Parts: sequence; C-alpha cells; structure tokens
Amino acid sequence: MGAEFTRHVKRNLVAYIALLPMAAVVIFAYLGTMAWSVRLSFSSSKLLPRSDFVGLNQYVTLFDTSRWLTSLGNLAVIAFFFLLICFVLGCLLAIFIDQNVRGESLFRTVFLYPYAMSFVVAGLIWQWILNPDLGIQATMRGFGFSGFVLDWVVNPRMVLYAVILATVWHGSGLVMALILAGLRGIDGEIWRATRIDGIPAWRVYLSIVLPMLRPMIITSLVLLSISIVKMYDVVVAMTNGGPGTASEVPAKFIMDNLFERANIGLATAASTVMLITVLMVMAPVIYSQYFRKSGRAA
Amino acid sequence: MTAMKQMVAVSAIALAAATGIARAEEPLNAEVIHWWTSGGESAAIAVFADAFNAAGGKWVDNAVAGGSAARSAAINRIIGGDPSTAALFNTSRQYHEIIGEGLLNDIDAVASKNDWDKVLPEPIARAVKVDGKYYAAPVNIHMPLWIWYSTAALNKAGIDKPPETMEQFLADLDKLKAAGVIPLALGGQRWQENSLFSAVLTNVGGAALWKSVYGDKDEAAIRSPEFRKVIETFVSLKPYVDQASPGRNWNDATALLIKDEAGFQVMGDWAKGEFKQANKEIGKDYGCIPGLRPDSPYVLGGDVFVFPKTDNAEQVKAQHLLVEIMTDPAVQVKFNNLKGSIPIRSDVDVSSLDACAQLGMKIMSDPARQVPDASQMMEEYVYGSVQDIVTELWNTPMTVDQAVDRFEKALKG
Repeated sequence: MGAEFTRHVKRNLVAYIALLPMAAVVIFAYLGTMAWSVRLSFSSSKLLPRSDFVGLNQYVTLFDTSRWLTSLGNLAVIAFFFLLICFVLGCLLAIFIDQNVRGESLFRTVFLYPYAMSFVVAGLIWQWILNPDLGIQATMRGFGFSGFVLDWVVNPRMVLYAVILATVWHGSGLVMALILAGLRGIDGEIWRATRIDGIPAWRVYLSIVLPMLRPMIITSLVLLSISIVKMYDVVVAMTNGGPGTASEVPAKFIMDNLFERANIGLATAASTVMLITVLMVMAPVIYSQYFRKSGRAA
Repeated sequence: MTAMKQMVAVSAIALAAATGIARAEEPLNAEVIHWWTSGGESAAIAVFADAFNAAGGKWVDNAVAGGSAARSAAINRIIGGDPSTAALFNTSRQYHEIIGEGLLNDIDAVASKNDWDKVLPEPIARAVKVDGKYYAAPVNIHMPLWIWYSTAALNKAGIDKPPETMEQFLADLDKLKAAGVIPLALGGQRWQENSLFSAVLTNVGGAALWKSVYGDKDEAAIRSPEFRKVIETFVSLKPYVDQASPGRNWNDATALLIKDEAGFQVMGDWAKGEFKQANKEIGKDYGCIPGLRPDSPYVLGGDVFVFPKTDNAEQVKAQHLLVEIMTDPAVQVKFNNLKGSIPIRSDVDVSSLDACAQLGMKIMSDPARQVPDASQMMEEYVYGSVQDIVTELWNTPMTVDQAVDRFEKALKG
C-alpha cells in the first residue's frame, strides 16, 4: 500500500507541482478570505478588524435592522421575477431565432448586445429613460399628453420593477445565446421523427427539446442566480437604493456598512448570511448534477 | 565598462547618503491623500500645495475620487504599515478609532505653539482633541444647513423678503406652490433628506434640542413634544417637493434655483460654488439664510487632516510643517474662499470673504450658537441608522410614534 502510494506520487509529481499555485490561490485567496470574513462576523469590529469574540451579537443586530430585512425582501422579489422573465424571454428569443429567420445574425447581435454593456451603463440608461423629468414621461407630455405618467424610478411602489426591467433587458440575451447553442445541437432526426408523428412544434419544444437542454438550462439559471446575489452596480446607478429604502439590496447594505459606516462586524455578518443563502440555493443544483451522473454510471 | 560605471554610481550614492549631503538638499516630501477632485476643490487644495512647496516642502498629491474611497485608501495604507504623510477626513468621529489604536501622530507641538485652545471654536476643538492631545488639523468649517433662495422665484410668488421664522417659511412655500414654482428643491438621496431633517431639527427645536437628542441621546428629549413637532414639520414639507426629486444630485437641485424654477434649497455652503459658476450674484440673484430663528444654531462641519504614526524624523517634520501651513491665517482665508467654507479661526481678516461667509463668521462668533455636526456626536454606524430612519420617514408612511420609537432605538443602541 505504502509502496503503491509512493509510486503514485512519483508518477504524478510534476502534475502535483503544477497544481500547487492553483491550490494555493484557492486555499488562501478564496477559502481563506471567506473564513476570515466569517470570523470577523463574530467580532465587534467597527472601522478596524478586531479579534475579540461577541458571539451572535452582530447577527442579532442584523436581523433587527429594518433596512436589511427590506433588502432581503427586495432581493426575493427581484430574484423571482428576474429569473422567471429572463428565462422565459430568453428561451422564446432563442426559439424565434431558431426558425431560420432572415437576418438571424443581426437579431442575435441585437439581443445579445445589452449583455456586453456594464450594469452601470445599463442602470444609467434606464434611469434616464424612466426619469419623469428627462425620459419617456417628459417626451410624451411634450407631445401634448399632459396626463401621461411613467414614474417607476421615483415611485417607491414601482421602483423594484424598474430595476427588474433593466436587469431583464440586460440578462435575457445571455439565456438566449446559451439556449440557442443548445438548440443548434439537437439532432435533425428528432425533428423529422416528430414531424412524421404529427406532433405540433410547441409540444416538441416543451416535451422533448427543453428536457434535452438540461445542461444549458442549469448553466443559465446558475449564471442568472449569481448575478442576482451580487446585484449592486445596477441599483447604485439607477436608484442608489431609493426612494427611501425601496430598492435596497443586500450587496449594497454590505458595501455601505463596510466602507461608509465603518461597521465591519455587521457587514461581514450580512455577507455570511448571503454566503449561506447562496450555498443553500446551490446545494440542490450541485447535488442533482453530481449525484445523478454518478448514479447513472453505477 | 557599464559595470564599472554602475559601481561608481552606486558608491557615489552610498557616499552621499552616508555623509547626508544629498539628504540636506532634498525638500521635505509630504504625500497627502484627499478626495478634493472637483474644480473648486482642487483649486482650493492647490493653495495648500503651493504654500507648502514655497516653504521648502515637496507636496505629493494623491487624490482619490469619493470621500469614503479616499478614507478607505488612507486607512488601508495605515494598517498596511505604509502610511501617507497626511490624510483627509471629515470633522467627525471617523478617525477616533485609529487614534485609539495609536495609529496617528499627535500634533500638540504645533497646536500649543499656535494656541489652538484659544483660536479654535469649541466644537471643532473637541472633535480634533482626544484625551487631551490634538490629533487632527482642522482646515475649514462648513455649515451644512444653509437655506438658499432664488430671488426671481420668490418675486414671482410675490415674496419681497426672505423668511425669518419657520411660520413665514411655511407660508412662503405655499405662495410658491400657488405661483407654479417648485417650492423646495430637494435631491431625494439619503444624505440630502437627512440635511433637510437636520435643518428642521435645528430651526424648530433649536440648539438645545439638537444637542440633547443627537449629543446626549436623552430619552426624554427624543420623546418630548418638541421632537415630535420636528418630525411632523419635516413630513409636512413633502408636498412642496417636485415629483422627480428622488435620486437627484444636490447640484442638479441647486440648478433649479439657478434657473429660477425652484424657491428654496437646504444645502451646505458648498452650493455657493454652483451659483458662482453660473455667474449669479449674492444678494441680487440668490441669497442665503443661516436659520429661521434669531438664535438659530450654526452647525460646524468641515474637514481635517490627520497625520499617521511614523518615527521618521523627516516625515514628522513634514507633518508639522503641513499643520503650520494649513492653519496659517492668510492661507486659511485664501483656501476657504475657494472651498466655499469659512476659516477655522476667528482671528483672520474676513473682508475678502463673500457676504454669506461673513454672515457665517459673525454668527459663529457667538459661542452659544456654535453646535457640532451630528457626525461629531455619534459613531458612523449610529448616524447611518439615523439617516435610514429619516429617509424612510420621508419616503414611506410612518406614524410619529413609530418614528420616535425608531429614533430611540437607533440612538440608544
């Protein structure tokens, strides 16, 4: 056993050495900083990191802070609508392009183009479009429709949907590109077979093609989920969390407490909560990916 | 051949360093981290840089855009053991924790030589003096709660003189609204909404309530009818703000006054820069109201430079020279004229300052009317929660009782 192990190490020594830098980066830069943040969330750190231990105090304060609870609620609303609309819209766009339309590459570029734009730019553009003094409302009123109202970014009840609108505009192109790539990989024989059987196209997409695209779907959902959790720049550019706290998101809460309010303890507690949330969402995905594969192999 | 040359050069440098010849010729290097990047601000800090260079120093400018980004940069450098010579902070508690950790040099030597105990206004001295030692050099006093008005807009509504009491102010807002002018120009951002609230608190509640609520965090004061009236008055201002207010930048709100589209704006004295750039004249096109009661408090905000810990004698010398230069009466007047603020000391020649600054200097000469800025009376995170309450109070329905409860929770921690 020992000899075998030594032989194994010897044979792969070069590979192990080559992997060392990567392993070091993962351990220190990713896992290490993560552990350090979690550790700080149990301290009373304010402006400077402290090494004392105050138990769950920061977490108690955190969940007693109405702005944090508002942020979490907002994130839930954004996550639901953003995922749903982005995904459905992206699939429909991909299917539309898949019909061998004329000027396909033009459409593809147009739909994917927003994704090439940074969130800050996207946020600013939509802020201008929806700003009642500059955007659509002002233009329509200029045309003589004096009663026209489109005040989403300044209306506390609607501002979240303005953010969702901007992010959907930004993100659905990505879903389209991924799904379209998947659609192009579907064997033409399947289409011919279903045509012979007289199955309507929508039914083929829903019952046969989409299930075959499972890896693409999971990839796009994971990418969309990540952009939800780290959502920060689009909110800062569009509303800066306002009016009031109506469009605050957790990432902004963390950044504000970390830098402006010199409250490292609370900020790291909030980011730990976000980390746990992400792990909870990702766990089933990873589980299904990983274990179903190994199950099939066995 | 080249190796030979290199060796000669190296030994020459070594010799020079050893004998100290080269060092004596070198000017005092001072790296200064600050966030003054806009037109007027960078012109103002150039006054310090020029004066420092003229006094035999070498100013190394390190401007970082954005206050919190610049402060983070300064703190990271301090923690990392490679601090700058000086760093800009607000006159607040932002730097008190790094004093506590022993990461700043005190500047008592310069302060006692220049008799800071006498020349500095009391709230400013208290903000920069910790445990009996001066740790920061105040460079300006900003009063964040001036009420600005557009003369033309007021005339349009038939108002011939600016208000002097809260009642007159509220009546004028009604007149402006009736005349089709935006009565109150407000940028709906957290800090601006907070400025408006602070203005109501100082003008309705006066210096006493300001200090007992924000300073002493006194429960009886927070629950008093006076503070409830402050909350009610603040909320009652909402109908006077236009619909597009949320998210607006402060200078865009000032632009509404410049274009005579709005009547009043509550903003710090830095708003003067916007009026000046638009070639507007104080007293003719626009005016400033320091407060709405005869004894209205003058809130002392502003900026300070701190000097990170170092044992390097050259750096300490540079730090002391910086303090001397920055607080020098002549430099103070020149700097503050460009910055829009007023000098930190009363023993300066005010004749070259503009009308609003002179008015400010006059009010400030009465110690009873000097009050510290809210950020000097509480930790940053406490002030942050207070601002969260104010912005929610402004933007979402909240009863006075709920607001009082939340203020108490935030202030009492």
